[in-house]
Amino acid sequence: MFQAIFFYIFAVILIGAAVGVIFSRNPVHAVMFLVLAFFQSALLWLMAEAEFLAIVLVLVYVGAVMVLFLFVVMMLDINVESVSVPYTRYLPLGIMVAGLMVVELLMIIWNRQAAEPLTGSFSRMPEGYSNTEALGAVLYTEHVYAFEIAAVILLLAIIAAITLTMRKRPGLKQQNIARQVAVQAKDRVRLVKMAAESSEKDQ
Amino acid sequence: MIGLQHYLTVAAVLFALSIAGIFINRRNLILLLMCIELMLLAVNFNFIAFSRYLGDETGQVFVFFILTVAAAEAAIGLAILVVLFRNRLSINVQELDSMKG
Repeated sequence: MFQAIFFYIFAVILIGAAVGVIFSRNPVHAVMFLVLAFFQSALLWLMAEAEFLAIVLVLVYVGAVMVLFLFVVMMLDINVESVSVPYTRYLPLGIMVAGLMVVELLMIIWNRQAAEPLTGSFSRMPEGYSNTEALGAVLYTEHVYAFEIAAVILLLAIIAAITLTMRKRPGLKQQNIARQVAVQAKDRVRLVKMAAESSEKDQ
Repeated sequence: MIGLQHYLTVAAVLFALSIAGIFINRRNLILLLMCIELMLLAVNFNFIAFSRYLGDETGQVFVFFILTVAAAEAAIGLAILVVLFRNRLSINVQELDSMKG
């Protein structure tokens, strides 16, 4: 009973946050709503006993990816008026497509339920079951190759992001360390021999 | 009680909302990226629900990899966005037509 109440509370907040993301004019508000949506999803995943992924979602998504979004939104001086479209233009089409999709998907999900009843609720995991342990047991054995590829993908993302955003500003003064180290005394000081001159010059 | 179909319903609504978001905010590149993140979240919901329903952890492993790839995608997408803004001083999708034939 409590589970159902909590599920509906979290689900309603999640949907509300998603509506907030797509309708907010201010990108900072949209990011904040997205953070809320991710957090509610993490709670729902916790209720489905996917604890490890719920915590990963909070730590990685809310903690890293959303902060990255926030950084970019605040760093770029976006002119909100120039990129926002009047709602009336594409709102009917968007709502029509989305509504159609929801209705179709719900028809499939709930008709299947009527024809061949799925079990009413998730069966409880046995006592002493550890989601993290079970996940690790398959992640590092069966899926270890995919796991290593994921590491390579993350490395690729680091390299791509750095090379994309690195730039040389024109007129930037930089040290050339190699030349500084390789320099010798004769490059810096030049001794010049010249004849002595008289102190008074004739007019 | 709460079961598979409830989770699938939430995921379906979330997915449709993010589709609508792409229609509505089709000029703002940063909101398009956010809608894609929301869409991936809806997909992950399905994976988690089915993994729980079938009692098989492979679905959760899949979610793990989707999260990894989505994080990489967000990082590269935002890097492209920053470079784009630096060059064009705008993130309006409408103005990105220099490769139009």
